[in-house]
Amino acid sequence: MIKVENLSKAFGPKLAVNDISFSVERGEVLGFLGPNGAGKSTTMRMVTGFIPPTAGKISVGGYDVLENPIPAKRMIGYLPENAPGYADMTVSGFLNFAAELRGMRGDARKKAVNRAVDLCFLENVLYQSIETLSKGYKHRTCLAQALIHDPGILVMDEPTDGLDPNQKSEVRSLIKRMGENKAIIFSSHILEEVEAACSRVIIIDRGRIVAYGTPDELKARSEMAGAVHVRVNGVPAATLKDRLAQVPGAARAEILAERDGTAELRVYPDKSRAGGNLTRDVAELAARQQWQVAEIHTEEGRLDEVFRSITLPDTVKGPAI
Amino acid sequence: MSALLNIKAIMKRELGGYFTSPIAYVFLVIFLLLTGFFTFTVGSFFERGEASLVSFFTWHPWLYLFLVPAAGMRLWAEERRLGTMELLLTMPITTWQAIIGKFLASWLFLALALVLTFPVVITVNYLGDPDNGVIVAGYVGSLLLAGTYLAISCMTSALTRNQVISFIVSVMICLFLILAGYTPVTDLLTRWANPVIVEIVAAFSVMTHFEGFQRGVLDTRDVVFFASVMGFALFTTGVIIRNQRAG
Repeated sequence: MIKVENLSKAFGPKLAVNDISFSVERGEVLGFLGPNGAGKSTTMRMVTGFIPPTAGKISVGGYDVLENPIPAKRMIGYLPENAPGYADMTVSGFLNFAAELRGMRGDARKKAVNRAVDLCFLENVLYQSIETLSKGYKHRTCLAQALIHDPGILVMDEPTDGLDPNQKSEVRSLIKRMGENKAIIFSSHILEEVEAACSRVIIIDRGRIVAYGTPDELKARSEMAGAVHVRVNGVPAATLKDRLAQVPGAARAEILAERDGTAELRVYPDKSRAGGNLTRDVAELAARQQWQVAEIHTEEGRLDEVFRSITLPDTVKGPAI
Repeated sequence: MSALLNIKAIMKRELGGYFTSPIAYVFLVIFLLLTGFFTFTVGSFFERGEASLVSFFTWHPWLYLFLVPAAGMRLWAEERRLGTMELLLTMPITTWQAIIGKFLASWLFLALALVLTFPVVITVNYLGDPDNGVIVAGYVGSLLLAGTYLAISCMTSALTRNQVISFIVSVMICLFLILAGYTPVTDLLTRWANPVIVEIVAAFSVMTHFEGFQRGVLDTRDVVFFASVMGFALFTTGVIIRNQRAG
């Protein structure tokens, strides 16, 4: 549904988005991750046709956004960053206006507005003006506007920003539910959110894609992925560390904690040696040594670790070109 | 067809925006008070002893100088400040439809203000026997004048997210359009410059073109003048918005 090829955007001498390509099909939820100023919003603004790209091609539902913007825009529902809304309009007036611009009149419009109001829980504030709304309601009003024409494509810039934990999880499950028959792009810098709702993730830094894959694939890139966490009673941690580091397939072992005769360690896998089952090897060693193992499990790898390791702060990487 | 419906939807929202905030009421009251003051006190309507609205229309270029930019300054500046421009321009409409819809809504609002001056027409008809054709021509001219100032305000409003800057810049441009053909100024200019040049400059002034309407003359050239300034200013608005989006 969305196909982006070699997209770039320069603001003066600064390259905000640098040669990005990706695609999203129906039934997919693509998460955009990246530090602030990485180019997430700029990319979304180009996809939705708000700003023209410096170079590259964007096609939405088969229409080129630059050459044929109107039919492309018709297919998109867009929630911009900070969820803007006309301050002096009521929620109802605003949604009716959005429906009208989407070409809906009469009964169709009424139905569409009611549907969006139900979906975003806005009944209570329908006749309140937007400037008097709390941030959560304001956000949902703008989201309702994006959903009003039941678009095939949904682009959302930080859809959970400024919401309380309950609303966050509501929006997350809404995204997941809608992702079953829509193509969705959303940006966030909350990692659990991306992990929970996305089928694929792009990590973008300084305008470039630095990682692209399913959340599991990305997590596997973490140093921690496949590491074994053990808790053993009655053996000194130092001894355990020496023994565990010698397990074939282990890169090194690390002491996490030692308290009241209980030691907690993590054994990192040697990534250059594929295959093998580190957890089984560790368990077998423990059985041979007759250690009292209180707990043993395999770590999944953490997205935040991957994120940190590939999007280093400016001070480390030097200036962007 | 859908273009007209889009323009209509934008007009409706914009016009509603005037009346849901106090802007409309403040504007209308001040406009009517000032027209009354200028017509009857400064323009000495009664002392003239003639059944015409000359003292009413003479002041319009000066009155509009401040009031029209005040009505138009928010058109795009507000949209940029709130961030709703991003919403509006990612809707399946063209930028032109948005520009025209907003302009027409404000123009309609100014027309409403003008219509509300009807008591002055009744007064002059009650007191004497004026040429109502001249009065109609005056109203048409006044409406075109308001539209011209408004298109300029629309343009300056697109330049900035700050309404104050938008207001000041458009007052300056409108003031230039008045002064270029204001008799005291042109008289001064003829002392140094070639009268032909002075005349060319004066041809750009709204004063020169508004005069005919006041005398009851509907000259095509004057209508074309106002229409082309409006067209130019609105076109420039489109260019400004496009350039801003291109970054």
